Amino acid sequence: MSNTKYSEEHEWISVDGDTVTIGITNHAQEQLGDVVFVELPDVGSTISKGEDAGVIESVKAASELVAPVSGEVVETNSALEDEPGKVNEDPENSAWFIKVKLSDASELDGLMDVEAYKSFIA
Amino acid sequence: MMDSEATVYELSVPGRPGVSLPLLDVPETSFPDVPLREELRLPELSELDVTRHYQRLSQRNFGVDSGFYPLGSCTMKYNPKINEAIAQMAGFAQTHPLQSEDSVQGNLELICRLQDWLAEIGGFDRVSLQPAAGANGELAALLMMRAYHKDHGEKGRTQVLIPDSAHGTNPASTSMAGFDVLEIPSDERGNLNIDALRSACDDTVVGIMLTNPNTLGLFEEQVREITDIVHSCGALVYGDGANMNALTGIVQPRDLGIDLMHFNLHKTFSTPHGGGGPGSGPLGAAGPLCDYLPGPIVERRNRDGGGYCYDIVIPDRSIGRTCTYFGNFAVLVRTYAYIRMLGAEGLKQNALHAVLNANYLRVRLQEAYKVPFDRLCMHEFVCEGVATGTGVRAIDISKRLIDYGFHPPTNYFPLIVREALMIEPTETESKPTLDAYIEAMLMIADEVRKAPDVLKSAPHTAPVGRLDEVKAARDLKLCDPTIFT
Repeated sequence: MSNTKYSEEHEWISVDGDTVTIGITNHAQEQLGDVVFVELPDVGSTISKGEDAGVIESVKAASELVAPVSGEVVETNSALEDEPGKVNEDPENSAWFIKVKLSDASELDGLMDVEAYKSFIA
Repeated sequence: MMDSEATVYELSVPGRPGVSLPLLDVPETSFPDVPLREELRLPELSELDVTRHYQRLSQRNFGVDSGFYPLGSCTMKYNPKINEAIAQMAGFAQTHPLQSEDSVQGNLELICRLQDWLAEIGGFDRVSLQPAAGANGELAALLMMRAYHKDHGEKGRTQVLIPDSAHGTNPASTSMAGFDVLEIPSDERGNLNIDALRSACDDTVVGIMLTNPNTLGLFEEQVREITDIVHSCGALVYGDGANMNALTGIVQPRDLGIDLMHFNLHKTFSTPHGGGGPGSGPLGAAGPLCDYLPGPIVERRNRDGGGYCYDIVIPDRSIGRTCTYFGNFAVLVRTYAYIRMLGAEGLKQNALHAVLNANYLRVRLQEAYKVPFDRLCMHEFVCEGVATGTGVRAIDISKRLIDYGFHPPTNYFPLIVREALMIEPTETESKPTLDAYIEAMLMIADEVRKAPDVLKSAPHTAPVGRLDEVKAARDLKLCDPTIFT
């Protein structure tokens, strides 16, 4: 994941051309505790930066997946809805949430790189 | 450890019925096949078996009557038994809400007086006792705000400002009312961030939902500035009255610039919670908003030729009912009894002692538990239930408290404090009780260092050990397929 960006909402955004894969960071899953429910947006729906794009519930709290970028949802990891525990096991890899076709690639500029994110959570 | 209790299905003995049905004395007819089940596995137990089973279960309950219950933001104060005695008086308990007004004038007088008392406590012009709980009051207030803005030709207001420390019901009510939530962060002192508020206020804002003291147990130090900023953009201020126990008799929320506020009778005014409820969330309003209150409400009217009576009325522009009949009337009777018993001075003393008790606990516990917003608190405070390097978390400390005979505090709320433990002692606890709790908390802090595994596997003395909350949430089964097909 060489070209990976991070949001202040503790999401990772892996960039591949004009499509990005979005998940939550290991730090986020540690803070949430055991994830018990995941709700994903519909494929084909449009998400807008800063708005809710899904729901993540843990034994501690219910929170939203906040869209770090805007665009069209082209794929979702529906396995998470059946097995939300994957988010705790492999958050930064197989437990990705959604893939989005960017509508405004410049939104990536406002995200953090890995070094900036590390100091953000330190 | 207590023995675990078998279920009624496990206790069932075939052929041991609990009732003797009379012999058939009418002609026998066949029943249609369709609704018949092949097998109906009802448990078979004698009346005595059933009585003892539920008696044993009831003795495992933990309530305010059994011990200290410092569940933050819930105000688990003692509910005086006189409330129950009054509520059970035949004139209250055996009346029906559809009786004619002239036959229940006493009940209507109680409603009218309680409306007036709550209006005085909050500084409001009018109160409706309709809402059945706090969140019901929140929703009613949001619908009132919508109707108010609509009547003023302002349909573009769709955003409700909610502090990041707010109760979860605030955004939930906002969403139910069809509005959007805009979260406002807290500052480093635990107050609402004024700059963030100022930049959020414009002509798209419906209003703010403000809890004061906030859920960190802290008085909003710039509350007048907050309400002025919100009003200056034409929006309204809703007060979440959940934490009113810190203020009764001392501060009238209306003086802080609050236009609408619900009271939690089941918190501040000592009526039962939860399973012993139901709740009640009366709504107070100021100025032009009064006309939008949910109805019916009760008004006193002077009769022509002398005397007076009580009428049931609907406010002019009312949003309608939020509950059947007059709200949860039996809860209102308990509240009436409580306020009547204490009087204005008693309510004020309650608030003072609630704040004193919380600060006593805060100062004594903060040597072992970090209090992130370290300043004088109101009726509750929030500390961190975490010890770096031990793997012990707030949930472990809470479960261990059960072994020491105390109900755990609120866990993991508010969300802005790491591993939050939210502690609200209320005014009804004595110093020896608070000292015993402090001692238990400090012993647990010692165990965190010396024997963390004891905490992680707690509770050890309860009828059941640590329950698997993750499995319960991920693998929810609402009926046992071996019993119900």
